[in-house]
Amino acid sequence: MVTLSNILIDGLAYGMVLFVIAVGLSVTLGLMRFVNLSHGAFAMVGGYCAALLTRELQWSFWVAVPTAIAVTGLLGAVLEALVLRHLYKRKELDQVLFTIGLTFVLIAATNALVGPQVQLIQLPPLLAGSIDLGFRTMPAQRILVIGVGIVVAVAAALTVTKTRFGVWLRAAVDHAGTASSLGIPIRVVQCVTFAAGAAMAGLGGVLGAEVMPLEPYYALKYLVLVLVVVAVGGMGSIAGSLCAAILLGLIETSSKYLASDWGSLFFFAAMAVFLAWRPNGILKR
Amino acid sequence: MNTVTLPKAKQQSDADMQKSPKCAPAWRAPLIALVLGTAACLFLPDQVGLLTRIFIIALLVLSLDLVVGVAGLATLGHAAMFGVGAYAAGIFALHVMPDPLVGLAVGVAAGTLLAGLSGAFLLRYQGFTFLMLTVAVAQIVLSLAHKARDWTGGDDGLSGYIMGPLFGKFEFDLEGKLAAYYALGVLVIFFYIARRLVDSPFGLAVRGIHENRARMAALGTPVYKRLWSMYAIAGAFAGAAGALSAQTTAVVGLDSLSFSLSAEVLVMLILGGVGRLSGALIGATVFLLLHHTASSINPYHWLFVVGGLLMLVVLAPPAKYFKRLLVHVGISK
Repeated sequence: MVTLSNILIDGLAYGMVLFVIAVGLSVTLGLMRFVNLSHGAFAMVGGYCAALLTRELQWSFWVAVPTAIAVTGLLGAVLEALVLRHLYKRKELDQVLFTIGLTFVLIAATNALVGPQVQLIQLPPLLAGSIDLGFRTMPAQRILVIGVGIVVAVAAALTVTKTRFGVWLRAAVDHAGTASSLGIPIRVVQCVTFAAGAAMAGLGGVLGAEVMPLEPYYALKYLVLVLVVVAVGGMGSIAGSLCAAILLGLIETSSKYLASDWGSLFFFAAMAVFLAWRPNGILKR
Repeated sequence: MNTVTLPKAKQQSDADMQKSPKCAPAWRAPLIALVLGTAACLFLPDQVGLLTRIFIIALLVLSLDLVVGVAGLATLGHAAMFGVGAYAAGIFALHVMPDPLVGLAVGVAAGTLLAGLSGAFLLRYQGFTFLMLTVAVAQIVLSLAHKARDWTGGDDGLSGYIMGPLFGKFEFDLEGKLAAYYALGVLVIFFYIARRLVDSPFGLAVRGIHENRARMAALGTPVYKRLWSMYAIAGAFAGAAGALSAQTTAVVGLDSLSFSLSAEVLVMLILGGVGRLSGALIGATVFLLLHHTASSINPYHWLFVVGGLLMLVVLAPPAKYFKRLLVHVGISK
């Protein structure tokens, strides 16, 4: 019983981390049709910023994390404005190649600047302890991760469906030429969307530092997991990504608890089954 | 538009036909590869280990080119067939018999079998879904190899087998000279087969499917069957490369099934040029030489080099600039 509830909580938290990282990629891949394999690197940059700010500069966790997210978002915006926007019209293979190259360079730069050891983010006392929920106690960090995941999911869904910005984004995606002649600043929309996706990845990197240790190869190691979530959830579908992330997070966590010597077999087998069943995304028929 | 340009194009191709046959003979490129490879082995006797690695990986990239370049199926799970071929050859040498050529055939069979089985499932899907499913298949095979410790040695790798003499006569020497020539010979033979295959009616049909699936289906080509055959053949090539790797290094590790190997061979292929077969050999050579030099200086700086190179290749495609250079020099127009 205790194992079961542990699996549920850890799996849910893991799924939320996967979702927060994947949502940005799902939007750039599904809505902007840009294959961004450097997305894992953005998560790594966010995590590293938070780790360095809290450890080296002794900043408070609550200041360091928003700063790390902002830095990642800014990096995304700068990259988009300088280079990546020229690749929107190119073939997918070119995009894959360029962003993989960018990931390699970021890995090498991280290693050259910080070193190959695993980085830890120091949690404030409030998060390091447990919280008594009445029926049982839970680690505060897990509660924060799950809460943030829900907030991100709701905020992203509302932004795309309900706000003016969401309307602009969908218009710019459907027909950039028409949208721009209607006076929609499509360059700004694209840049802001990309930066927001990068910032979310940075947030995911911070939240997931406990389950996905921060080291230079982080960017490649967890990229596959994030791509799996996006593929199973369906490109561009926020609700689909959330479903896929939670399902896969639960499967991965339970296989780690119950059958750890099988490695990631169940994770990838589940992915193959989901994709075979619904090739366009778990929520799309 | 079509009606205007068609006669003109036809005239031109007629003129070409009269002047010279358009295709290079299938044996030419493999022969060049053989001569260059032999020369490299002769003049760099202390680098035969690296050369052997280049020949083996070139064969793997060649196999990937059949899938990505010819059939147009983007895959990130090609290491699965390589690793299965390697493990099959290794286990065969350990438990059954140490003859290298029979082991090679076993590796080929294992690669074909895995590609045939997984292809029957994978090829029902297209595009991004196909790509992610190939990743899934490779990762499942990796997890199984990790789990089947009794057979594969798990994390420790499979080792402890000694290869018998080639053709029953030539012993594998410690320096690895025979291994290099053996790998080169197998590479050249498979390169020739690939050339013949791509220029055959079957190869044409597969290339047609790459360009337009719907049209080929309308012409009566059994799309699924053709792609499946091509995938299985590519599996045979990758299995051969894996078997060579197992036989020449006398060890098989889990890294031969890893995602990073799949990604690296794709990078090599794109670096050398997709769909031209010879590009596969060039890409593997350039990549591995760069890797060898840069990583002997510093293993992380190597990533700066390859990352920068990848970005450069996208921003300034070498094929385009090479063509411009040829025009500039006056060799082609």
